[in-house]
Amino acid sequence: MRRLLRHPPAAFGAIVLLLLTALALAAQPLQALLGIDAETLDLAAQLAPASSGHPLGTDEVGRDLLARLLSGSQVSLAIGLSTALVAALLGTLVGLLAGYRGGTVDALLMRLTDGVIALPLLPLLIVLSAVDPAKLGLPAEVLRSPGGGLARTVVIIALVGWTTVARLVRAATLSVKSHEFIRAAEALGAGPARIMIRHLLPNVVSPVIVATTLSVGNIILLESALSFLGLGVQPPLPSWGNMLSGALDLLGSAPMLAVWPGLMIFLTVLSFNLVGDGLQRSLDPRRS
Amino acid sequence: MIRPLLLRLAQAALVLLVMSFLVYGLMGLMPGDPIQLMAAGSPTMTAEDVARLKAVYGIDRPLVDRYWHWLAGALGGDLGFSRLSAQPVAEALGPPLRNTVALMTCSLCLALLLALPAGVAAALKAGRPLDYALNLTAFAAISLPVFWLGLVLIMIFAVGLAWLPASGVETVGDGGGGDRLRHLALPVAALALAGFGHYMRYMRSAMINALSQDWIRTARAKGLSWPQVVLGHALRNAMIPVVTILALDLGTLFSGVLVTETVFAYPGMGKLIYDAVMGNDYNLALAALMLATALTLAGSMLADLLYRLLDPRIRHA
Repeated sequence: MRRLLRHPPAAFGAIVLLLLTALALAAQPLQALLGIDAETLDLAAQLAPASSGHPLGTDEVGRDLLARLLSGSQVSLAIGLSTALVAALLGTLVGLLAGYRGGTVDALLMRLTDGVIALPLLPLLIVLSAVDPAKLGLPAEVLRSPGGGLARTVVIIALVGWTTVARLVRAATLSVKSHEFIRAAEALGAGPARIMIRHLLPNVVSPVIVATTLSVGNIILLESALSFLGLGVQPPLPSWGNMLSGALDLLGSAPMLAVWPGLMIFLTVLSFNLVGDGLQRSLDPRRS
Repeated sequence: MIRPLLLRLAQAALVLLVMSFLVYGLMGLMPGDPIQLMAAGSPTMTAEDVARLKAVYGIDRPLVDRYWHWLAGALGGDLGFSRLSAQPVAEALGPPLRNTVALMTCSLCLALLLALPAGVAAALKAGRPLDYALNLTAFAAISLPVFWLGLVLIMIFAVGLAWLPASGVETVGDGGGGDRLRHLALPVAALALAGFGHYMRYMRSAMINALSQDWIRTARAKGLSWPQVVLGHALRNAMIPVVTILALDLGTLFSGVLVTETVFAYPGMGKLIYDAVMGNDYNLALAALMLATALTLAGSMLADLLYRLLDPRIRHA
């Protein structure tokens, strides 16, 4: 950790992320304090300039821009982190199984991974987002709730995002499993599940952490692109991506509507990338 | 050399087949079907009309049946009829494909033209201020949402300065070469900057790796000048991983192009895929998605092939 913070860009990224997380967690109290909220329409004050009542002005239907940015940070961070986590779990499972079991299991899982990597990402995400979950037999009221909509975006991105971790974990597992302590554990009668979780997992976890940190930035970029296209987070719930799609038609009259959400995405993704890069350097001193 | 290539081809064909079935199945799960959409648009249609149309389009049959029918046709070169654009799919794909290829080629060339020299320069000055500056620029570039970069470029150059058009491929009534180039300028700039970040980082790390090898010292020891060593020896070796990654990246580039096209209302494959999926135009969406998958697969096969061709150690292994 100390080595990480000695690297100035990574330290910068870590500080920005801490601030962003604090802002996202404190979004509701902050909004209450400023007397703004993300959902109230004020049709008398459409596209109002910055004022004491609306620190950053309002959008095309008179909603407070700052309040929406704050709520958007909750949505974007929640999706980025939980998708990265789900993808990392999936990838670790696939990688451990393939690496430890070897043989046919390995061949099948790795061909599957190759196949998913070869798919065109965004077109596939567009199709997945357009699927009507009701036809899959999921109850409608769950899907219409905001949580259900977010979960859907998380699942869609995680379904294609696990491949990097799977490959890393498989490679690490292959090199760890030839060590004698694994043979010893097998000789003592430990089952495959116990060996994978107790003995292999702790030894392959550091590349997973680096890859997951680096993936959060990419996931936030994907989410914002999907939401921008109208396929990710659905309005009225604000996300930085869907705020930009509203701003596209108003570039001439209200450019700041497009500037703020984009800057937030940029800053967040940049910070995750810098921290991920710093982690990589501090865990692997050979690459300096 | 031939055997692994054939294996890759077989694997690519399998991925395409699975993808086509997957997409076909997923499209069946989308809200509504094409005939319901038609019926909603024309109140005079009766229930009999709907049933008749469903039979005409074959939608009354089970999914697997329809998929076989489509596959047999597609393998015979008949991609079907696009309902939205009211012409055969092959014809509907033509102009958007040309537009997208133009956009991809121009932005890739511009990105490489900037990124490769920058990567070499950063590697030669590794750890120095120039390296830091270039590295930070690259990090910023890969962290920018490419569609937002497009929005900012429109704000500055189209709305603010009014130098360049914000959208489309040509001005109605003009359409000359210069006019088309002016329309390409902003989307190409946005995509090229996004690509710059990735390619510069690849080039830098490949070059640093090459420069740290023993044979660099050997080349110096036998009396070659530093420029000869850098350009003739290090660069040639560093290009192997870079070219490979470039080919592997074709899919990512394509995804970036899709969103960028939306921002600039550029009538390419991105808009086509989006419209076809949203409008339930099965045949058109399937063909376009298959094309995108084939492109990504071709990229990864090309990477494999180039790697073998460029690196004699692997070619003769």
